[in-house]
Amino acid sequence: MDLNRGRQALFAALAALALIVAACGPSGGSASPAGSIGVSAPPATTGSSTEPSAGVSEGPTVAPSESSAASPSGGGQIGGTVTVIGVWGGSEQESFLAMVKPFEETTGIKVEYTGTRDLNAVLTTGVASGLLPDLAGFTPGLTAGFVESGALKPLDDVLDMATYKAETAPALTDLVTVDGKTFGVFIKAALKGLIWYNPKVYSGGAPTSFDALMQAPASGDTKRWCVGLESGAASGWPATDWIEDILIRQAGPEVYDKWVRGEQKWTSPEIKAAFETFGRVVADDNVFGGSNAVLTTNFGDAGNPLFTNPPGCEFHHQASFITDFFKKQGGAADGDFDFFPMPDINPQFSGAVSGVGDLFGMFNDTPQARALIAYLVTPEAQAIWVGRGGALSANSKVTNYPDDVSKRSAEILASAKIFRFDGSDLMPEAMNNAFWKAMLDFTKDQAKLDAILGELDDVQASAYGG
Amino acid sequence: MDPRLLLTGFVILGVPAVVIGYILVMERLLQFAPTRIQGHIRPWLWLLPALVFLFVFLVYPTINTLVLSVHDKTGKNFIGLANYAYVFSTGDTLTSLRNNAIWLVLLTFLAVAGGLLTAVLFDRVRYESLAKSLIFLPLAISFVGAGVIWRFMFDYRPAGSAQTGTLNGLLDSIGIAPVTWLIDAPLNTIALIVVGAWIWTGFCMVILSAALKSISVELLEAARIDGATEAQLFRNITFPLLLPTIAVVSTTMIIIALKAFDLVYVMTNGSFDTEVIANRLYKELFNFSQPGRASAIAVILLMLTVPVMVLNIRSFRTQEAIR
Repeated sequence: MDLNRGRQALFAALAALALIVAACGPSGGSASPAGSIGVSAPPATTGSSTEPSAGVSEGPTVAPSESSAASPSGGGQIGGTVTVIGVWGGSEQESFLAMVKPFEETTGIKVEYTGTRDLNAVLTTGVASGLLPDLAGFTPGLTAGFVESGALKPLDDVLDMATYKAETAPALTDLVTVDGKTFGVFIKAALKGLIWYNPKVYSGGAPTSFDALMQAPASGDTKRWCVGLESGAASGWPATDWIEDILIRQAGPEVYDKWVRGEQKWTSPEIKAAFETFGRVVADDNVFGGSNAVLTTNFGDAGNPLFTNPPGCEFHHQASFITDFFKKQGGAADGDFDFFPMPDINPQFSGAVSGVGDLFGMFNDTPQARALIAYLVTPEAQAIWVGRGGALSANSKVTNYPDDVSKRSAEILASAKIFRFDGSDLMPEAMNNAFWKAMLDFTKDQAKLDAILGELDDVQASAYGG
Repeated sequence: MDPRLLLTGFVILGVPAVVIGYILVMERLLQFAPTRIQGHIRPWLWLLPALVFLFVFLVYPTINTLVLSVHDKTGKNFIGLANYAYVFSTGDTLTSLRNNAIWLVLLTFLAVAGGLLTAVLFDRVRYESLAKSLIFLPLAISFVGAGVIWRFMFDYRPAGSAQTGTLNGLLDSIGIAPVTWLIDAPLNTIALIVVGAWIWTGFCMVILSAALKSISVELLEAARIDGATEAQLFRNITFPLLLPTIAVVSTTMIIIALKAFDLVYVMTNGSFDTEVIANRLYKELFNFSQPGRASAIAVILLMLTVPVMVLNIRSFRTQEAIR
């Protein structure tokens, strides 16, 4: 072999090796050039997408007058991108993008949003692998675990805490406070336990008692209820809302809290009674299409028979967000639907309501992520989604509800005597998952109730803590 | 330029460069070794990169899974066989084991029998390649896509409403009440397996068809001259000669049945007694954060697959030997 040529090849190979090593190095180390405070672990993975644009930030090209009060950065272009993962698709996704649009324009930060219904799995994997978005939605039940693993970053020096706490209900902020620190913010809220009806079909007014609500209508073809439990991998969740709404009114907040914490057995009489009450709703002859239709109908389409001719049912139970589906998928116009809150069951627990909020947390501490999260809690930002419909604001300062229905739900949320967060969302994921599945199995065959509750007890024994 | 593109470029050019560089360096170093042992070392040096990859991406994860399967969910505390006890005592995992047994028998039978039938029949038609392409086509669709398509096929609306599902639409047109394909057990598991067979029949067909073509025409001619009917021809000549291939295809299908996941995840997510082992594994790992239990399931799945793989490799070898 010609020695000289061999040496050249050797050098070339080594040079290539050096290039590779350089390219594969921790490029994220320089992801946040300045301003990032106390980032212990450089976000190596998402950093690679943040780095380039942050590097070529063009400086403050926008005049200070243009930056609105909503911009937390105090004006000026930050540039760069922030990656966001949430559960929203369709019109909810459009509303979120509309919400962040002014932010993008003011700060020059690009918001890269991805929607997935399997968000919890994405995040759990992400925590293990380190491949996490900058911001993500998650259910409150996962907060403690994410804080423990260090994935979720505290927001106390990101937000103006005094203003934030003054504008947000304590029932919500308490859920994401761990060891006195805040780890999440609520983008929007929804009121659960609303009974929807079409005023042109049902004109009996709000039933005064729960028994009146459960009575079957006189006319044969129109059933009392429309229920739909299908929701892809999360099928069954609409029925968990039913159980929660019944339980909090039937057995009260104390039992509810114990149940959520895993200290109340599923086979206990209180929980069993709640299942049996729900069983009356989805009894084959009481619900539109029978229990098979309940199991196969998507939750978003479930209320559509309210608006058909002849109507399929009188009532549909769903959270306040459903109005958006009524209009966009059910072909309903404003005025075609109205609601009343689910009546009290046990007068002792009068005025109890349950609700839910879309929680967001920061997984990578970058200037862009900080700016976005601080923006999202402002009344200016939340007013955008609220104005587009289908959402209540987590911020009490937002009042621009576009219609009477959302205005009234916001009032109920604000004036609730007893407020509880969606219980299944607070349970450990294995419990929540088993709960969904149990609702499907119970709806399919109510005779199996005892066996189903027994299995839930087994899951409860292993899902909490251990 | 986007740095990701740049990185891609580096990888595409860089990885082969490193491999070639490695070989050049090793060959150079080898020259210093005594000529006598060069021949012994060289194959190992050339194999080393592949072995390292194999170890890092196959051997190490397997061992790690074994270790994890005897630890709790934090991966720190040794808990013996408790995870295995959990797998064999929980209703859902037992259902998934039973369902995988059904998958194994039914999917293998449907796909292999379907593949054999189509391979033999299409062998005799003029538009063979067109017909074969059509049967093979589903394999080109992503499984998730196939799952979504078949969800529409199986869609159910209550009797009396317009049926949007293709199958219930057909039933409706001949006056039969709609069927909840994906909800009634055990019909739902069978429905899922039919989708699996729809996908995999093409694969079996292509391999069996290739084996069919390799049967010498003289053999068949001779039998025909001796007065054998076409049925006898198939039973006594074609089928026995195809048998080794059928064995290989069947074992492949068995492994695919054991690993069934995508269709179940998309179409039912294991509800209504359709759970399978792989979907259960996914849930334990990603939804319930129980890597220990998930690893135990993975180990059980591996134990089930290994004998089939050994069989597969053996029959492949005998086939090679015959050739």
